[in-house]
Amino acid sequence: MAKECTCNNRFADVSDLGPVDEIVEKYGQEKGALIPLLQETQDAYGYLDEDVMRELAKRAGYQLSQLYGVATFFSQFRLKPIGEYLIRVCHGTACHVAGATQISDEVINQLGIKEGETTPDNRFTLESVMCLGACALAPIMVVGDDTHGKLKPTGIKKILKKYAGDSGSQEEEE
Amino acid sequence: MTLSDGRLEVEEIKVEIDGTECTGPKGSTILDMAKAADIYIPTLCYDPRMQPYGACRLCLVEVEGARGLLPACYAEATDGMVVKTTTEELERIRKTLVELLLSDHEMECQGCTKSGRCELQELANRYGITESPFVGEKHEYVEHVENPFVMRDYNKCIMCGRCIRICREVQGVGVYDFVNRGFKAIPGTPFDKDMQETPCEFCGQCISTCPTGAIKARPYEGTGRIAARDMLRNACAYFKMSEEDMMEALGLDNWVTRTTCAYCGCGCQLDLHVIDNKVAEVTSPKMVGSGQGNLCVKGRFGYDFIASDERLTKPLIRKGKKFVEAEWDDALDLIAKKLGAIKKKEGADAIGVLSSARATNEDNYLVQKFTRAVIGTNNVDHCARL
Amino acid sequence: MAENGHKYKLVLGYGTCGIAAGATAVKDALEDAVKGGDYDVDLDFAGCMGYCFKEPVIEIFDSAGGSVIYGDMTAKKVPQLLDEHVAKGQVIEDWVIKDSDDPTAHEGDFLENQHRVVLRNCGKINPESIDEYIEIGGYEAARRALTGMTPEEVIDEVSASGIRGRGGAGFPTGTKWGFARKSPGEDKYLICNADEGDPGAFMDRSVLEGDPHSVLEGMILAGFAIGARQAYIYCRAEYPLALSRLDIAIRECHEKGYLGKNIFGTDWEFDVRVKKGAGAFVCGEETAMMASMEGKRGMPRPRPPFPANSGLWGKPTNINNVETFAAIPWIINNGSAAYSAIGTEKSKGTKVFCLAGKVRRTGLAEVPMGYTLKQVIFDVGGGIAGGREFKAVQMGGPSGGCLPESKLDTQVDYDQITAAGAIIGSGGMIVADNRTCMVDLARYFLSFTQDESCGKCTPCRIGTKRMLEILERICAGEGKPEDIDMLQTLASDIMASSLCALGGTAPNPVLTTLRYFKNEYEDHIFNHKCTAGSCPALITLSIDAETCTGCGACVKVCPTEAITGEKKQPHVIDAEACIRCKMCLSRCPSESIVAE
Repeated sequence: MAKECTCNNRFADVSDLGPVDEIVEKYGQEKGALIPLLQETQDAYGYLDEDVMRELAKRAGYQLSQLYGVATFFSQFRLKPIGEYLIRVCHGTACHVAGATQISDEVINQLGIKEGETTPDNRFTLESVMCLGACALAPIMVVGDDTHGKLKPTGIKKILKKYAGDSGSQEEEE
Repeated sequence: MTLSDGRLEVEEIKVEIDGTECTGPKGSTILDMAKAADIYIPTLCYDPRMQPYGACRLCLVEVEGARGLLPACYAEATDGMVVKTTTEELERIRKTLVELLLSDHEMECQGCTKSGRCELQELANRYGITESPFVGEKHEYVEHVENPFVMRDYNKCIMCGRCIRICREVQGVGVYDFVNRGFKAIPGTPFDKDMQETPCEFCGQCISTCPTGAIKARPYEGTGRIAARDMLRNACAYFKMSEEDMMEALGLDNWVTRTTCAYCGCGCQLDLHVIDNKVAEVTSPKMVGSGQGNLCVKGRFGYDFIASDERLTKPLIRKGKKFVEAEWDDALDLIAKKLGAIKKKEGADAIGVLSSARATNEDNYLVQKFTRAVIGTNNVDHCARL
Repeated sequence: MAENGHKYKLVLGYGTCGIAAGATAVKDALEDAVKGGDYDVDLDFAGCMGYCFKEPVIEIFDSAGGSVIYGDMTAKKVPQLLDEHVAKGQVIEDWVIKDSDDPTAHEGDFLENQHRVVLRNCGKINPESIDEYIEIGGYEAARRALTGMTPEEVIDEVSASGIRGRGGAGFPTGTKWGFARKSPGEDKYLICNADEGDPGAFMDRSVLEGDPHSVLEGMILAGFAIGARQAYIYCRAEYPLALSRLDIAIRECHEKGYLGKNIFGTDWEFDVRVKKGAGAFVCGEETAMMASMEGKRGMPRPRPPFPANSGLWGKPTNINNVETFAAIPWIINNGSAAYSAIGTEKSKGTKVFCLAGKVRRTGLAEVPMGYTLKQVIFDVGGGIAGGREFKAVQMGGPSGGCLPESKLDTQVDYDQITAAGAIIGSGGMIVADNRTCMVDLARYFLSFTQDESCGKCTPCRIGTKRMLEILERICAGEGKPEDIDMLQTLASDIMASSLCALGGTAPNPVLTTLRYFKNEYEDHIFNHKCTAGSCPALITLSIDAETCTGCGACVKVCPTEAITGEKKQPHVIDAEACIRCKMCLSRCPSESIVAE
């Protein structure tokens, strides 16, 4: 399934195994380094590709089942590529009480995708997360690296528009 | 501490279980001590071949002075410990646990070939549960029947982890691991690949440890000759009797024959389940002999040759381009004549004899005796080395 | 104190809260304005002071030791701030939240009513400068202990202080260190639990972002006390700023010789490494955390054996929370008697709470143990936002419970709070008003624990799922009379048989809401009504004709086109078409839509 890459060259291509070599080299024979190995691999490629994982298992000396078991246990790991911007809506307690459900609903409404999905133009991927620790600004969502707090459903469209055109930048919130 | 004759001395400890004093070596778990004293504690995720796991929570016991209930399979017994394996609360908890497991279990005992030796069914019978009071989401996994040996139906999985642990700890292969987390967690192969595409050697150890019908041996499933065995198993489950007791009651002996696997020199023990003079199934008797209940692919799946249609029943002599059935006397005369001629012309070492692990030890003894003493060469070998 | 000969020192709060509220733009504006040398001011930044409800926050110190704290700062306000306060010495009253001349005025009593030990430096010093930390006495406790005390003496001091683990279990810290010390073996490990997974808790994040050295110093003391030479900080990946500040702090410590070999010239060596979490709440549990550090799925194992005897890689390991470590240098510097003078008989010292939810002042509140809940929520927290009524306070996150108004006089004390049915836990305090449905809140917490359950043990994996399904049915208006009893029996079996504290405490929110708010459950089940007017399946939405301006904003968002009305005329919701998604309610500019 060929997809046009919109990552703006942030990530390596999965056919390039250079990063895998570097990562395995870095951790050498360190025991218990399985999670950092996966974290850095995901940082390099944007997600954990099956063939990349096989290579990683082989070179680092792990069973593939161990890597896969760990990768599917922790929320941080993705086995599919994400869009250009990852939208994470916080559903921690404070955000929940402040109406996080309505925020998620509005994002779903605006983008036409369900949670865990990516928009057809590959620009946005939507995820729910549990508590980002900025509870006083509930409800919050993070788009890419930018945190947007004290959200109202009415303000979502405007926020999303900022990222739709260019590579986006943080702007002051109300 | 090492004794004067070189043996290691193991310290003995005493614990009290249900009012009975039990002794055992230091380092034993509470379950070890209980089993040695024939005191029953229910388990599901326990298999003596592996490290204790402590996940099913069936074996929880009360220990005086401890913070909360302790899993007997995991907790180390200490000298002077006082344990209660059964109380009203413990029995209620065990019942709830089984009810919870059944609420997400494909209960088709009638059609399941594990019926009668299913550990979950045993516990359900024990606690008098026919139906779970907890109704909710039930998994609907697609059955895995992609290879001829191991079939997996995770709708019957109780997440005991025994398949994963035996493959990783005992076999050192690690075909499976748990995938996902929480209610969605299930054992599986990476990327849900077919087992042929994993390092799986088809030893079937996972089959031997699975307490329910989640993992089964495909060659021994559902053929006509097994129907009788299944009926027997269902009868055992219905009357709450073990297979041995049922066989005795029906006056049927030699249903299960214990023998030694012929394939290699390890000497693992096998139980051949025989119906109508045919081997319907092969299982590995728990914790017995040198194999301790473990088998490899040959021991577990390698006995279908006994009643195979492809076996020869008469000698065949090549006449031109075809093999023609012959009588034993004719065949033996031909062999003696030809071998004699070769030995005379080229010498005994021009002849080699290949036997098979599938022959009995007695037959193989004769083969090598024949080769060495009669033919006069040491060129004899056997397929186990391949 | 104004430094470097300047008249004023201006400190900008620069933690995750502040940045989320726009502090980066303020920082840029300040740096831009000051670089020309036109203002007699020393610019610095610090971590979060805890005035989260007023972020971005700036504190200006004068050379006489006084200070004014400004809140709700923006880049646009920077020129005026510099021109009036820095250039002319004129305080801008409208923006002040605390003035040292009148400490309890404005929002000053938020801080005045607190007693800061753990948060002593947060918002005051630059977390990326070890020199600022040393200047205020940092690493003196570590130096004194390593060069002049024995490990046993350090443990005795910590024991005498009475400090109990601040991660949630409240186990006496000195005793815990004693176990690890006594465990045989040369290889021991120390771990700082910075996984802070409780939704609603952000005190660990604030300490790591605002005063990472206090944690490192506490760890140096702990490592020395128990005999561990290698330590780890397990910090969740969702805290990138905390992670980067920790990296900087550790590097600085190495440069100064406070970590590594021959610390303070002794033969003691100690090193700290950071391990990033990967997104699993269960890894806040000690044995699950250690499993993930060993490269496995974060699934707990039974205890005993306890980590102090057999922990990471089978070696004796001591694990403490960020907040606990941050208090240790204070205890060594000021003495155990000073610490035990604060608090109640069985719960000594202070506790940091994170006030969130419907309280007016959301943020960090560090109070002495013994304050009543009423004092924390009303005196520090400023009472309920929007003039509404207090209904309940949820304490201890998903492992904790909800306490009602009748329990507001309960003192903050491990045993008292537990007796009331909740737990202090990590210190999260979510305040609910009369619009919060307690059944939905219980359902929310259970869905969290269900999602985070590792799946290893039967009671948690399947039991909490079945409890959640019952709650979901109740919230959807399909509750059955036997549900309440079933919830209670399931809860008790799950709590008794779960493998770890995640499952063991997961039923708590359900049990406390059943204890104190049973009427709400009964309303849902028997009367088909949501008492708080919240659960979509059990409410009706209507428009107040008197306040509706007819703007039509609601019509635009209604997914079932259930709202009709003429422009500028009161609109009407068709109850049959309405699916009660409440999109209209969130859009209405005149708050005319009512849910009941």
